[in-house]
Amino acid sequence: MMSALPAEQNQLEDIEIALLLEGLYRVYGFDFRDYSSASIKRRILERMRAEKIASVSAYQDSVLHDDACMERLLTGLSVHVSSMFRDPSFYATFRAKVIPILRTYPTVRIWHAGCSMGEEVYSMAILLQEEGLYRKCVIYATDISREVLRKAREGIFPLASMQEYTNNYMRAGGKHEFSDYYTAHYDNVIFHPALKTNVVFSEHNLVTDGSFNEFHVILCRNVMIYFNKTLQTRVHNLIYESLSMFGVFGLGNKESLRFTPRQDFYEKLDSRDKLYRKVK
Amino acid sequence: MVGTSYGGLAALQILLPALAKDFPLPVIVVQHRSKDSDNLCEFLGRHSALPLGEPNDKDAITPGRVYLAPRDYHLLIERDGFALSTEAPVGFARPSVNVLFEAAADVYQGHVIGVILTGANTDGARGLAKIKSYGGLCVVEDPASAESRGMPAAAIAATKVDAILPLREIAPYLNRIC
Repeated sequence: MMSALPAEQNQLEDIEIALLLEGLYRVYGFDFRDYSSASIKRRILERMRAEKIASVSAYQDSVLHDDACMERLLTGLSVHVSSMFRDPSFYATFRAKVIPILRTYPTVRIWHAGCSMGEEVYSMAILLQEEGLYRKCVIYATDISREVLRKAREGIFPLASMQEYTNNYMRAGGKHEFSDYYTAHYDNVIFHPALKTNVVFSEHNLVTDGSFNEFHVILCRNVMIYFNKTLQTRVHNLIYESLSMFGVFGLGNKESLRFTPRQDFYEKLDSRDKLYRKVK
Repeated sequence: MVGTSYGGLAALQILLPALAKDFPLPVIVVQHRSKDSDNLCEFLGRHSALPLGEPNDKDAITPGRVYLAPRDYHLLIERDGFALSTEAPVGFARPSVNVLFEAAADVYQGHVIGVILTGANTDGARGLAKIKSYGGLCVVEDPASAESRGMPAAAIAATKVDAILPLREIAPYLNRIC
């Protein structure tokens, strides 16, 4: 094999990655071509190490001919590691400013777009239950990976994370003991199934699928950070179209509506936490 | 690019004010920090010669500014700006120095200066080696006088660094060569 300088090798790898993503789209319909390049590259190289494959081209061969290998890549690309009540002040603000709005509705539809393992879905279910609103809510929790959704549906999380989650829960204005919501079993805990009676887990691809309902609340936190600006524009339009008038939209702490085509269609509900309300 | 961990807060209070007011490059800092560390930015801002802030996702990278990696995200570099990620912590760290340095080397190739300061783990060593392999410049705080020698020593073991300096000489060195 030719030995290339690191810079040349890097350039070649970028070309190979573009080809792999093109193949993944044309064979399976999953479109990662407009994902943010730095993190998708990291994840592909990480998957390759796990599969013990040395070059992206060889990996492409496996992904395109082996469904199981593709499914593992898909999971690798869709997992993000969140916490329950991540950014507690976001949930505290949600309690203070959004819950009063939701009380005025007869029924409430909430969409968690890109729910990954479901940490934030269970957090929302707990919050709604404590506010006495859970029974009239339906939470749609969507992601692209079947495997990730299966895990989210299980509601099983490591026991070791509970200290951090409990701390977050308290700071988010939790009203009970956090441990009331789960049962520990060896190194894991399982969250009470009652929390998911009104949760619908389903496959949805923000990149290629359209709007599937009208929602009063849409949360899409730390999902679009994986997209490039072109794709972010598409998803901002999709979310705008899926939100009812005066519906609430929540982003991650380091995301912003600024410089997106929809920034003038929302007003801020809170200056610090990224909660917005559709006003036109 | 600057990476640091244990003892980093005190070290950054010495490094950042000593940078030239007209420093011609963007300065991007990963300081290992807890998920609850809300006020670090405000605190370090008071000690910096250059304007300091935490980048939002997709913000442009401007010379003469200091960017601090936000808590509980990895900070990555792309051709047109910053990118954030909530991938799993790397070596128990999020933000991770390796993740930043490797992404920076990918984009800027040889045009990166990697600086490793005090820290009690080995994060940054692999990233610094990557910066070096692309022809970038590597500067490490002298482990002998660092508050915690772990990160500097690991970096020196991982790659042939260009300069090993006591903390107080790092900013003047950077001012001179940039």
